[in-house]
Amino acid sequence: MVSGQDPIVELRNIVKRFGSVEALSGVSMAVRKGEVLGLLGDNGAGKSTLIKTLAGVYAPDQGEVIVKGEVRRPWTPAAARDAGVETVFQDRALAPQHSIVTNIFMGREITNAVGLLQVKKQIDEANRLMREIGFTSKVFNPESTVGTLSGGERQGVAIARALNNEADVIVLDEPTTALSLTETQKVFRFVEAVKASGRTVVFIGHNIYHVWDVADRFFVIDRGKEAFEGAKSAFAGAEHLIEMMHQLAETGRADTTTLLEETLEPPE
Amino acid sequence: MTDAANPESVADRRGGQSGWNRFYRKNGRALNAFLALVLVWSVFAVNNPVLFLNPLYYNAFLFSVPATIFLTTSLVFVIVSGELDLAFPSVVGAAGGVFMYSVVLGVPVIPAFLLTLAFGALIGVGIGLIVVYGRISSLVATLGLNFFILGIVNLLAQGRTISAPHAMDSFGYTLFVGKWQLFDTTLRIPNHFVWSLAWVVFCYVLFKYHRFGIRVQLVGDNTDSAREMGINIERIRVSVFIVSGIAAAITGALLVQMANMVWFPTSGKAYLLIALAALFVGGTPTWGGVGTIFGAFFGAMTVTLIPSGAVGAGFAGYWTDFIFGLVIILTMIAHRFSGARVR
Ligand SMILES: Nc1ncnc2c1ncn2[C@@H]1O[C@H](COP(=O)(O)OP(=O)(O)OP(=O)(O)O)[C@@H](O)[C@H]1O
Ligand SMILES: [Mg+2]
Repeated sequence: MVSGQDPIVELRNIVKRFGSVEALSGVSMAVRKGEVLGLLGDNGAGKSTLIKTLAGVYAPDQGEVIVKGEVRRPWTPAAARDAGVETVFQDRALAPQHSIVTNIFMGREITNAVGLLQVKKQIDEANRLMREIGFTSKVFNPESTVGTLSGGERQGVAIARALNNEADVIVLDEPTTALSLTETQKVFRFVEAVKASGRTVVFIGHNIYHVWDVADRFFVIDRGKEAFEGAKSAFAGAEHLIEMMHQLAETGRADTTTLLEETLEPPE
Repeated sequence: MTDAANPESVADRRGGQSGWNRFYRKNGRALNAFLALVLVWSVFAVNNPVLFLNPLYYNAFLFSVPATIFLTTSLVFVIVSGELDLAFPSVVGAAGGVFMYSVVLGVPVIPAFLLTLAFGALIGVGIGLIVVYGRISSLVATLGLNFFILGIVNLLAQGRTISAPHAMDSFGYTLFVGKWQLFDTTLRIPNHFVWSLAWVVFCYVLFKYHRFGIRVQLVGDNTDSAREMGINIERIRVSVFIVSGIAAAITGALLVQMANMVWFPTSGKAYLLIALAALFVGGTPTWGGVGTIFGAFFGAMTVTLIPSGAVGAGFAGYWTDFIFGLVIILTMIAHRFSGARVR
């Protein structure tokens, strides 16, 4: 059943505090199956905190995480990955002294019954994944040390890892920051391919034009609260979205009356 | 993400290291440790070839080196995970006591040994839980625990040394520390040396090819990343202390048997600095994330060879510390050449 309206992942009334800082004050966000959701907001708005809660890294002080209709508790990183939620974190979450293969299989090693690594299988699989996302070069191979790679190459490792698990939901926290134009194009193609395979993507970015191009729907948070959300069809264009975000930054609220009627077509 | 659509058309000619170069990149630290051992041995052998080319000389070496091998290789797991264990000397002593009391109470040697292993694992769990859930730096926690455990053992032992000479006739005793002649030579191989080799292989496989070892390395390399990828950090960190506890227990039980079934509560004390020196000479860096079991093995051989070898080579006794320090510093410099830390 592929319906554009089923929330595959839902965060309900998430409150997260760090000491006296309330990074999230009751955010509810639903991600629908098969869509690309653009998560937007200023620096420090709480985007990374929100997706780290979704990834099980942070336990929320209040609220719950619902995946495929089930309230998940306890919600840990391992539970999130088991439930089919893979995350490319803003800091990439890599082990720099280890090889590309080891990083790709971090936490999900291919082993036999007694836990011994299937080295050859992992390397073959890593090669396949790296080819799949166009992440190949003569300069490095699956056994190269991640700490010797460039920023874009490290990003490739993190993406390959997120892809490895056949996840239903892939979360990308600022995947194009610090990437060249060609590398950015590759990330977009990757997002398109993931979407085409019927899977769901949450995409965080600061370049609104970029997010506009890939996303079907936008969810904007501001200082730990939801500001507004809307399908692409609710906006007259990228400029409209940008205009609303400017308003938000300047006045603390955006005029949601300018949003258009959403066309009810599910994202294709 | 490089060279996407057609890697062949846009030729990138930077790649490709020779096989040897790759091998050194990956194993440089273990190789350095091996070279250090060969070098130290050569210096000694040149000074006194008659002694150092006589197999007889190595009987004492093979007898004493296993204790350091067991301790050093297990410490690799601890250091690589980003922790430090200074409590193992007290565990060696305590485990020796458990072994000894079991034998005195009539438990045969092999079951007593297994009991001791369980004891070591249990102490490891305890130390691990204190460090991990008490959120105390492992350096401070294990330093304190070393005194604490040794203190308890001393209180219980009341200054006695205990012996059980009857057990020396048992099969278990022969199995653990019996000796056999290697072919027609004067070299007599003690069984506990063979066991230590088996332990090294076991640790090597566990460290390099088992999920556990890989996760130990990942936790030490970047704890936050490992956590975010669903690795149970706490379990790994407790487990490395279990490995160390088991190795200390093996050492404790062996030291008792090597001393003809006599137990001294402080038998582990001498190994604190020796095992740590062996570890670092062996090429495991202090910062965690990476390490080498074979390097630790060579390191253990080197630090065992130096004190007796220096005297054998004709250096006066007071040279020993100097040579020791020199070897440590020189190997540290060599290790730097085979790769600084990458971030
Ligand atoms: N581990 C933490 N400890 C304390 N405060 C934190 C922590 N993580 C986030 N914060 C605070 O929570 C707020 C939200 O941070 P978050 O990283 O979620 O923002 P963001 O929207 O991802 O910003 P950016 O676009 O810059 O990545 C910030 O004020 C930040 O300082
Ligand atoms: Mg962020």
